[in-house]
Amino acid sequence: MAGRKLLIENVHIPGIETFDVYRKNGGYASVEKALKKMTPEEVVEEVKKSGLRGRGGAGFPTGMKWSFLAKPEGVPRYLVCNADESEPGTFKDRYLMEKVPHLLIEGMITSSYALGANVSYIYIRGEFMYILHILEKAIAEARANGMLGKNIMGSGYDLELVVAPGGGAYICGEETALLESLEGKRGNPRMKPPFPAVKGLWGCPTVVNNVETIAAVVPIVNNGGEEYAKIGIERSTGTKLISAGGNLVRPGVYEIEMGVTVEEFIYGDDYCRGIANGKRMKACIPGGSSVPILPAHLVTKTAAGENRLMTYESLADGGFASGSMLGSGGFIVFDEDQCIVRNTYTFARFYAHESCGQCSPCREGTGWMEKVLHRLENGHGTMEDISLLEEINKKIEGNTICPLGDAAAWPVAAAIRHFREEFEWHVTHPAEAQTRNYGLIQPRVEEIKAL
Amino acid sequence: MIKVTIDDIEVEVEPGTSILNAARQIGGEVVPPAMCYYSKLPGTGGKCRTCLVEVAAGSTADPRPMPKLMASCSTAVMDGMIVKNKTSQRVHDNRGGVVEFLLINHPLDCPVCDQAGECHLQDLGYEHGSAKTRYKEERRTFDPIDIGNKIKLHMNRCILCYRCVHVANQLTDSRVHGVMHRGEHAEISTYIENAVDNDFSGNMIDVCPVGALTDKTFRFKSRVWFLKPMEAECSCTKCSGKAVVWMFGNEIYRVTARKDKYGEVEDIEDKTAWICNECRFDKKDPSAWNITGPRKIDRHSVISQGQYATKIDKGLNKIG
Repeated sequence: MAGRKLLIENVHIPGIETFDVYRKNGGYASVEKALKKMTPEEVVEEVKKSGLRGRGGAGFPTGMKWSFLAKPEGVPRYLVCNADESEPGTFKDRYLMEKVPHLLIEGMITSSYALGANVSYIYIRGEFMYILHILEKAIAEARANGMLGKNIMGSGYDLELVVAPGGGAYICGEETALLESLEGKRGNPRMKPPFPAVKGLWGCPTVVNNVETIAAVVPIVNNGGEEYAKIGIERSTGTKLISAGGNLVRPGVYEIEMGVTVEEFIYGDDYCRGIANGKRMKACIPGGSSVPILPAHLVTKTAAGENRLMTYESLADGGFASGSMLGSGGFIVFDEDQCIVRNTYTFARFYAHESCGQCSPCREGTGWMEKVLHRLENGHGTMEDISLLEEINKKIEGNTICPLGDAAAWPVAAAIRHFREEFEWHVTHPAEAQTRNYGLIQPRVEEIKAL
Repeated sequence: MIKVTIDDIEVEVEPGTSILNAARQIGGEVVPPAMCYYSKLPGTGGKCRTCLVEVAAGSTADPRPMPKLMASCSTAVMDGMIVKNKTSQRVHDNRGGVVEFLLINHPLDCPVCDQAGECHLQDLGYEHGSAKTRYKEERRTFDPIDIGNKIKLHMNRCILCYRCVHVANQLTDSRVHGVMHRGEHAEISTYIENAVDNDFSGNMIDVCPVGALTDKTFRFKSRVWFLKPMEAECSCTKCSGKAVVWMFGNEIYRVTARKDKYGEVEDIEDKTAWICNECRFDKKDPSAWNITGPRKIDRHSVISQGQYATKIDKGLNKIG
């Protein structure tokens, strides 16, 4: 049985994108509850109790992030929603905003109240212009119904909500680059410290949260943090939106309870229903393009032979040697016909294109990796190129201002770690590599049982 | 005052000092190189990553080591912090990596580059670079452009340190000079080759750590190490009038601001002694200057003639 749904439970209801239908189906109850019955501190406390972790990729505890917010007298504070979803393989925020825009707005009001922000921003990716229109329409409806503006629901709390589109740069999903871009500057990440919680938007204390994180505040306030924490396993609580893509029978956005096994998620009838066209799985990237790729035998089981679960901890089990990360939940599955070298090259090209060019290791390193991978993919590579890639990786990782450098280095490092023989085959069989794919990694392949 | 240990040398500094500036207070070998940080320009630093150091202990209160290498120019010291620069192999390896990154697209045109001899990237290359490149691809190239009639921009040589951007930002009210495009394609430019119309725009040349911005009144005239740097003054109403004139015989070949051993323009009477374009580009007649004496260049470079002399002296003494 598919698990409980907290965020996209009502997407099937016709007209849920309008205020009236949303309100009739229990919408804006969290705003009512928070503003009328709770103090901002109590809302923060509930979020802390819920164990909610940032859904944008890093998985930092949201309650803790909120409690770090500096609160100097007479200085405005800001809540900024990061809707710059541009991670290859991730499309959950787009779905959420498109289908239930009011959920995000409700979450924004409740969260802004908790943080004491009177102006909040939704920074949305420029390519999502049609969603910007959906959100603006929803905001206008919310305002007309007294949910935004002055004295919301007679509580004396004021909030303005502004939707700001970006120019479509991946780097603006990094929180400090996002703030720069929101301020109208070039989207270069800032040096940290100071962190945004102390000096963020226009030098004021700021919290930046992902769309899904803010949406999750709604059920947390409605049902209580403890109730939310009951879902999931250990430190991975609640539900998570997973954007499943690749060679699956039924790709799409799924809301899962944390702790579903990866096997169930890929093969289960309630989820993706297995690999398309009766093929076998070759590899899987469980958390968006930035996280390490896993070969088939490490996807459903950890290196220790335990079942791998859809949680922050279980997916990271084994560290970088045999694990990956939950990341933003961009779940990409590759069947046996996919070429890992080509895929790695595609990602490297993406990161080289999206590097902001501010710090040297990322600017030069991502471009260099792209060129070396281009050679390997097109049959001009040498064995030295593979070790060169590994060395470039090591020199980028950890040496950059923002995590984009790491995000560019990890997928390449992991691909070489797990699929080295495929890279070597591209070197030893340059002509053949142009006409067919390597297929499954032969010596390591284990029969993957479908449920 | 707080105590910090850098390469086993303890120093007391003001709270809020960066690791790099604490190291500069010690001086000598422990000072990490800096290609983008410029103490006279607020907001610079953190970009080139050549000043990475290892923090072996965060502070007395929290003595855990920091997992990543830290940019020393933008990391503040804490009481009891232990920093490793020269004594860390990891720092040496990663700095070498950064230098390699900076060099993969940098042209090997030192023989025709005016900056040769006083180039910080050259110094770094000697210390960390390897003799051969592993980069097989074509280097990225740009056409040289003019920023006004006195400054030439060779984008090929640029390492995108953003120093000149900060100079331009401080000089002008509106944004006229900045970085365009992204990643590998990022380039310093004025929008559609406009001139930066300001009396102090020439200071961009002085802050450039490489030969990307050069003085058109001096280009290809002479190698810097053939010139005699002399301290000179003039009665200028726009700037301090205190500069260094670089002479060959009785001719002035170029005029620069007075720079310290880190390549930064010196403070004179508590003010950074930027010089104006008129002093820099137009006053090439020795009679316009009151030349007060030779300028001692305290840098590890061929232009430090004095330093060379001492080295030779020392060598002779040893033999003797």
